[in-house]
Amino acid sequence: MSAKAKTDPMVPELMSISVRRKELADTFTIELDPGKAGFEFLPGQFNMLYAFGVGEVPISISGDPAEPESLVHTIRDVGAVTNALSKMKKGDQVGVRGPFGSCWPVGEAEGSDVVIVAGGIGLAPLRPAIDHILTNRSKYGRFVILYGARSPEDILYMNQLQKWRGRLDTYVDVTVDHAGRDWAGNVGVVTRLIGRANFDPRHTKVMICGPEIMMRFTIKELNQIGVSKEDIYVSMERNMKCAIGHCGHCQFGGHFVCKDGPVFSYARIESLLQVRGL
Amino acid sequence: MTTKFTTPQSVIIGADQLDRLIKALSGLGYQVIGPKLEDDAVQLLPLTGADELPLGVVEEQAPGTYRLKPAKTPAYFDFTHGAHTWKQYLFPPKEKLWSASKTPKGLVIDDSMDTPKYAFIGVRACELAALGVQDQVFVDGEFASTPYKERRERVFIVALNCRRSGGTCFCVSQNTGPNVKDGYDLALTEITDKAGHRFVVEVGSSRGEEFLAKLETSQANDTDLKVAKKAVKKAAKSQDRTMPANTADILLRNQESTHWQDVAKRCLDCGNCTFVCPTCFCSTTTDETNLDGDTASRWRQWDSCFTLDFSYIHGGSIRRDGAERYRQWISHKLTHWHDQFGVSGCVGCGRCITWCPVGIDITEEVKALAKGK
Repeated sequence: MSAKAKTDPMVPELMSISVRRKELADTFTIELDPGKAGFEFLPGQFNMLYAFGVGEVPISISGDPAEPESLVHTIRDVGAVTNALSKMKKGDQVGVRGPFGSCWPVGEAEGSDVVIVAGGIGLAPLRPAIDHILTNRSKYGRFVILYGARSPEDILYMNQLQKWRGRLDTYVDVTVDHAGRDWAGNVGVVTRLIGRANFDPRHTKVMICGPEIMMRFTIKELNQIGVSKEDIYVSMERNMKCAIGHCGHCQFGGHFVCKDGPVFSYARIESLLQVRGL
Repeated sequence: MTTKFTTPQSVIIGADQLDRLIKALSGLGYQVIGPKLEDDAVQLLPLTGADELPLGVVEEQAPGTYRLKPAKTPAYFDFTHGAHTWKQYLFPPKEKLWSASKTPKGLVIDDSMDTPKYAFIGVRACELAALGVQDQVFVDGEFASTPYKERRERVFIVALNCRRSGGTCFCVSQNTGPNVKDGYDLALTEITDKAGHRFVVEVGSSRGEEFLAKLETSQANDTDLKVAKKAVKKAAKSQDRTMPANTADILLRNQESTHWQDVAKRCLDCGNCTFVCPTCFCSTTTDETNLDGDTASRWRQWDSCFTLDFSYIHGGSIRRDGAERYRQWISHKLTHWHDQFGVSGCVGCGRCITWCPVGIDITEEVKALAKGK
């Protein structure tokens, strides 16, 4: 991984918004123009995005790593900075620092089955891994995408999910917590989709991103069907101010989520996930 | 970032040379910082001469207690340390990172900085160890903080061997003091006996050796060295506070102990311990915009893991009660620091004990946890 900052790692690079797209009621995507050099990153890494005068937030990169000419972030409007970013238009400038952190094990997963389990906006940090696997589809075994959202209206990247589901080399299963009568799909928690996905629990890599509680129950279910701890990967979320291991906010036991994570193998953090308030 | 230097023979300077030392450093463009009496405490402030040093002052320190009193001997450095730490100069409490201005061509970022050149007078062994610990955080890792690194590289350090321990000191137990080991330009040991008020000076760098030429020195004799050594030994012996050797493990084994609730009942969540700690490095960022809205600046300022905001993510804070926050602070300092930086985050200075308004003693809490309370 390379630090992009020219002077100090706390100083951002300015990039203009080339595309702004609404995704859901409270979620939007901005595509930034990184210039001729492009913006290389690994699936699962994140950037610190700065909105003029308001502040900085850590946001996962959600574009295709094979297309470095556009830097894509899908953001939920939940705080002061994300709200400021949500109001920006094409041409507006955003400060960018990154890419930071660890990545999904797309290299280690070659030759085995891959299971993606995403909840809500947790699909955004996983999309670069999905893109990478689909681009290099022949290198992997069975490919499973399991996705849970609160309601049909909250399903992120609906068009893409439909496209992936249309492929004959990818198994996609979607569920929602609650829905009206016009919903023909599953209703219930995402863990219920695991048992019937028909992957080989002994030769698979699982990548999970979603609310911590959803990740916990998913791991429990995976353990029961025989997936080893070393083959399960999760992306953790913690408060971050610097992304370079200096501010101390993202500590999770002895780990700095910003540089040791955000992607961890479950084997590394199992004992930490079991204690409340770490 | 310290380099080993073969020490030439120690020399002696008279107490009157302290003034010359301070003025010579100023003359070389250093901003000289050292102990000074202000608001009934020894603080680390800019000095212009030796007459500003607190002569003949000692202090009484105990959990939650700090009081100055006159000393029997008129020495310059027999007090130990107050609430101030050298980190406030190398890692300032509030610092501008950069600013951005709106121009017709878009935003322009200004990240220029003015790096002061400091000389520190009277850096004690525990504090030198603390500087080394902060170097690991800000310089030696994957990312280096440019402003910290520049200030650190320029600083001239006049270290000090303590010949008196404070009431809450436990540097011996943490293996950091009271005698300085390396990482200084010059190191002083004060002597006040019938032969006169003087200092043994050890040289720790070529820069220090070069500087020493500006002072009137004489060869140190065996008696001087013996007296100096004995005084420091006495300081070490006087410490009765100890940190258990297997602290990292004790905390890890007791993550869910009920004792955390017991500490939380006493702890006020004020964050004093984190601000007086010479190694605590947590910070937050804040943004300021000028009134016309055209220029915005980003600031980095000290933060404390004792605030609720510290662990806030959308949906709520991770560490919601005081027990979790105290556990985070002490576990980071004494356990996880080893995972992160290969050393303990505690140098045994005792500041967190003295400046805790309710006198919580980090060493006592570890012992209580060890007993499985």
